[in-house]
Amino acid sequence: MRTLTKLDGDSSRARRDLHDHIQGSGPLARHTVDSTGRRQAGSSSFHESAKKHVTGKAAYIDDLVLPADVLHVALGLSPIAHGTLTQLDLSRVKEAPGVVDVITFHEVPGHTDIGPVFPGDPIFVDQEISYAGQCLFAVAATSLQAARRAVKLAAVSIDEQPASLDPVAATEREEFVRPTHVQTRGNWQQALDQAEQIIEGELFVGGQEHFYLEGQACVVHPTEDEGVIVHTSNQHPSETQKLVAEVLDIPFHAVTVEVRRMGGGFGGKETQASPWACIAAFIARRTGKTVRLRLPRSEDMRATGKRHPFHNRYRLAIDSKGVLQGGEITVIGDCGYSPDLSDAIVDRAMFHADNAYSLGEAQVTGHRAKTHTASNTAFRGFGGPQGMMIIEAAMDDIARKIGEDPLTIRKRNFYRDGREVTHYGQQVDQRQLLHTLVETLESDSEYWARRKAVSDFNATSPVIKKGLALTPVKFGISFTAQHLNQAGALLHVYTDGSVMINHGGTEMGQGLHTKICQVVARELGLDLDKVRITATRTDKVPNTSPTAASSGADLNGMAARDAAGKLRERLFDFAAEHFTEGLDREGMRLEDGMLVAGIGESERRVPWGELVQTAYINRVSLSEKGFYATPLIHYDRSIGQGRPFYYYAFGAAVAEVSVDTLSGEYLVDRVDILHDVGDSLNPAIDIGQVEGGFIQGMGWLTSEELKWNDKGALVSDGPATYKIPTYGDLPPTFNVALLEGHPNSMASLYRSKAVGEPPFMLGISVWSALRDALSSLTNYTDSPHLDTPATPERVMLAANAIREKAL
Amino acid sequence: MATIAFLLNGAPHQCEVSPNTSILTLLREHLALTGTKEGCASGDCGACTVAIGEQNADTHTFTSANACITPAHQLQGRHLVTIEGLAKEGRLHPAQEAMIECHGSQCGFCTPGIVMSLFTLHNDLTQRPAPLTPERLEAALGGNLCRCTGYRPIRDAALRMNDMPYERPQWQDAALSTSENDAEITDPTAKTPFFAQPLSLAALTRLRQEAPQARLVAGGTDLWLESTQRLASLDQLIDVSRVAELLTVEATTFEGQPGWWIGAGVTYTQLEPLFEEHFPAFAHLLHRLGSQQIRNRGTLGGNIANASPIGDTPPVLLALGARVELASVKGSRCLALENFFLDYKQTAMAADEVVSRIFIPQAIERSQLRVWKLSKRREDDISAVLGAFSYRIEQGVLHDVRIAFGGMAATPKRAQAAEATLEGSAITADAFRAAQRSLDEDFQPMSDVRGSQHYRQQAAKNLFERLYLSLSAPDREVMLHAYAH
Ligand SMILES: Cc1cc2nc3c(=O)[nH]c(=O)nc-3n(C[C@H](O)[C@H](O)[C@H](O)COP(=O)(O)OP(=O)(O)OC[C@H]3O[C@@H](n4cnc5c(N)ncnc54)[C@H](O)[C@@H]3O)c2cc1C
Ligand code: FES
Ligand code: FES
Repeated sequence: MRTLTKLDGDSSRARRDLHDHIQGSGPLARHTVDSTGRRQAGSSSFHESAKKHVTGKAAYIDDLVLPADVLHVALGLSPIAHGTLTQLDLSRVKEAPGVVDVITFHEVPGHTDIGPVFPGDPIFVDQEISYAGQCLFAVAATSLQAARRAVKLAAVSIDEQPASLDPVAATEREEFVRPTHVQTRGNWQQALDQAEQIIEGELFVGGQEHFYLEGQACVVHPTEDEGVIVHTSNQHPSETQKLVAEVLDIPFHAVTVEVRRMGGGFGGKETQASPWACIAAFIARRTGKTVRLRLPRSEDMRATGKRHPFHNRYRLAIDSKGVLQGGEITVIGDCGYSPDLSDAIVDRAMFHADNAYSLGEAQVTGHRAKTHTASNTAFRGFGGPQGMMIIEAAMDDIARKIGEDPLTIRKRNFYRDGREVTHYGQQVDQRQLLHTLVETLESDSEYWARRKAVSDFNATSPVIKKGLALTPVKFGISFTAQHLNQAGALLHVYTDGSVMINHGGTEMGQGLHTKICQVVARELGLDLDKVRITATRTDKVPNTSPTAASSGADLNGMAARDAAGKLRERLFDFAAEHFTEGLDREGMRLEDGMLVAGIGESERRVPWGELVQTAYINRVSLSEKGFYATPLIHYDRSIGQGRPFYYYAFGAAVAEVSVDTLSGEYLVDRVDILHDVGDSLNPAIDIGQVEGGFIQGMGWLTSEELKWNDKGALVSDGPATYKIPTYGDLPPTFNVALLEGHPNSMASLYRSKAVGEPPFMLGISVWSALRDALSSLTNYTDSPHLDTPATPERVMLAANAIREKAL
Repeated sequence: MATIAFLLNGAPHQCEVSPNTSILTLLREHLALTGTKEGCASGDCGACTVAIGEQNADTHTFTSANACITPAHQLQGRHLVTIEGLAKEGRLHPAQEAMIECHGSQCGFCTPGIVMSLFTLHNDLTQRPAPLTPERLEAALGGNLCRCTGYRPIRDAALRMNDMPYERPQWQDAALSTSENDAEITDPTAKTPFFAQPLSLAALTRLRQEAPQARLVAGGTDLWLESTQRLASLDQLIDVSRVAELLTVEATTFEGQPGWWIGAGVTYTQLEPLFEEHFPAFAHLLHRLGSQQIRNRGTLGGNIANASPIGDTPPVLLALGARVELASVKGSRCLALENFFLDYKQTAMAADEVVSRIFIPQAIERSQLRVWKLSKRREDDISAVLGAFSYRIEQGVLHDVRIAFGGMAATPKRAQAAEATLEGSAITADAFRAAQRSLDEDFQPMSDVRGSQHYRQQAAKNLFERLYLSLSAPDREVMLHAYAH
């Protein structure tokens, strides 16, 4: 079972001191953060750049020192969502002060379509305009201000056509970016026909702007051999390398892409960092100058895709106890104008339309609607959250219908022995963990006592209503595109014993580089400060996968481990042969900066520095590359069945809210989370991912509202109108714990589990708690409709609707 | 171009920049100090947070500001502290150390700004020791967005830094250059750029008359968005933030009413103590107006002169019966605030006038003020609807009812029909229901990004219900305290 690890000392002291003022700051149960001593995998090492972050020394793209004659690029974006470009007169732009170059579709030498998986993303508009914010042209000037002002001088004529903005209507007209996909298990129709009860509902789930704090940015230097070096804030350097090469019509090896760190990515820089790199690279080649391109925030928000909004429907058969027998779920992803990654995203929504519950005999259908908005893209959870929302809505609805607590209904429907296979044919391993985890959280968070307190409170409070909800997460880990489940690493040991590791993953704040250094330190028995990581570069580790799907550590950590393991074995072989006193090859190990052989009396030690020096003198290679490909996974899209995921990660959250039913304002009073990361690689980083993911998920479902006008222009195009959670949205009581003592049942990296995405969906508990509060207005007999984001406006209108109905 | 002289991280610095230059541009583009980040260039994210020091007895008092929308010229005679300056001789500031120890950074992009907000909080705590309440923490950190951490480790860092040993280093209080500008414009009609910093009202009004085409700038928290978002070149600027007469708060009697004359250049942060004491509901609103960074710079005069229909203070001032004084070389005149707002962003202020002072009458006995701001996010968000209710209850009857709303019309506006309905009536459900109905006469709001027409109208009506419930059953909780007062 789980051991409760204690609060770290200082934080608990701070808590005591402030007991009167701050309630329950800091997690209920968290690992002691070991900030001294040796730090390897499994301990809470600080972020490798932490000191640089806090002193302002960590460099992001826009901070790079550039030559004096650098050119700055500004983009001309379409103000219109749909139409034909009839005139693009850039003569005044070209004459504007400081302007050096202006490019459009027609100047591009190589590929003009930079769609990442499927075609459909022109680098510039040729004729057809498909969304407001689409790129028409680019201006390079001697200053950013000059470039931005010149853009305004363009004479643009567009033959405007009505914009299609409703994905449901698009689906009815069968306007799709990709064909519909269906997963079926059993006779779902019969399940509905023979149902004791049928329950149905629908839900609009809003999209989400990534709002990485560092916007899209890149710097491109031309090189002497017709190539370019691209510095970019980017989750997928290899793809950018490919696209830049194709646009410039040069071989891949002429393009080097480097990513040191991102100021946040969250999926928004998986495919959508490439266009800017392509444009900047093209200008760099044309002018022979270094080119800097950074999107101002509002242009970033208008030009790039977001989390897909979804329209979901369910029609499910239940028995008298509210247990699902089967039925159908339909999800419609609003993909925007092009495929981008939408096929896989809508697939993942379908894969998660069951969340933690066995659907029974069910069919899940996923449409990919085409609309005239930016091409929606990857965002933490990759469609999974949107898929889960519909079944979580159904759980609440069933509970109200049956008249039982939503938690009871949820637990009753969990995957369990006998009901263990998903609608896409994968058996849910570690399903018992779900039960254990939820039961632990249920008791740690005192769910039932608080349920009673909430009901008592509501019975006497006319305006303020409290709500409580526990929602689980079961999230599948692996890229559903099988070939992406591979990774490489490159390890160098220098003759002073210092170690350099490089791998294909990128650092966006998730602590990947820290974890990788920990892996190498552990494999080589070294102190963490002996291991340094360098910027991700396509000329060091080639043909990499995006850092996405929570897979960064799983894949690259394994590759790094492979490299370190191979090098270690080579050193063992060498040592066994070389050291004349004869070290026993059997049982050799690297620990505490030493090669250790034998035990007890016969134990012999060679310091690491001496070992590598001697190996070097004896001409043993001190460099190694590593590789990893995830085993077992497969999915047959033609039948919609397979085992797309290597394993599942689990978690659950309890949220308590207070809602002012007159104004729709609410507060999240308390949140308790228990999350499964297998054996944690770094508890501090993992807790950081859980907390950050939760708050981001909560923001998605509460205050973050994307709004377009009726012509399809995004009107929430900056932080003044698009509200991500801020400090005050941190629940005053926020208890976060990692489930301990349950290693991954699969042979993952030290039996850890991926942690980037799964906690995001814990935020659903807040939405469900809001519905719970609203439901109290009907004495829990009705399940109020609450589309997302559940802004105060939506909450107030839902409450008002209930009141009016009651009158 | 004009020269500015200030302290930069403890060392005297002089440079020449155009009037249109923000502190952020100065740092990143001119001085190659790139630790201060740009996340939005609109004052909303706090990634660009810097600290600005002013002399206060022997030491400097530091307040946080958004470098992206603060004119570089306002650094004249001030002390600018940036993230690069905090660690001296390899020793980290407690804010930095605590952030590392609490795992307070993930991607790190927000971190410099957060550290700077913590730095000013730390400074504040050492200069004004008082409990670090949740409210104070929220105020200190509410203007810094972090997309990665979820803020819990940042909260821990804020708590922990105060336990760390600290000795205020000397550089923080290095001598400030005393040179102030009282710029004369030699040829105001010329197209030459200038940044004038008059020190007296006389100098200000003279400049205003000579250069009516120049823009006035106070905190810049509204004006500067024209530069960063709409690329306007603000190259002729008259700074009102150093004008002595505009910086005072005076308790006095005006037209027989006791009250306060508040200088147009007084910032929200400076107003807080007065409002805490006399208008707690107004003070509570201030806590939700913008962020600390914005409140440190934004002024009451700027909020009024800006004449936005969703400005937060005008409805409250309307409900309180405030007067606004306009000054020019010809003298000054005084208007009831409702006569100042003419139409959408149109005011009664003439081209040669400035807003010099605002008079707020003291609340009379038994009168009450309720102020309710509705927005998508509790902190640092613009109102969708703001309702301000001022009234006096005598023997169960409402008197002197003044109700004003923001977000419901083209200007901040009184709800005269609703006022009339409630004036002289008893506190009954019927009376308030009638007032709700009369709101349809008062307002036909718009739909926009912050809220639909239907929501606005309904939410405004619901505020009457809230008021009724709070008056008729004062013991019952009818609102969430973090939101409402
Ligand atoms: C992130 C952010 C959040 C904000 N949140 C809020 C909010 O919650 N509520 C709210 O009401 N506002 C908010 N604002 C708007 C702004 O902060 C306020 O309106 C503030 O009061 C403006 O004051 P200022 O001194 O900065 O004005 P400035 O920007 O300097 O000036 C504003 C306008 O008034 C004119 N002006 C200034 N002083 C005078 C004077 N003495 N006489 C005549 N004209 C003058 C200027 O020429 C300019 O046109 C926010 C702004 C930002 C950037
Ligand atoms: S850059 Fe966002 S507040 Fe200044
Ligand atoms: S650490 Fe990434 S935004 Fe705060």
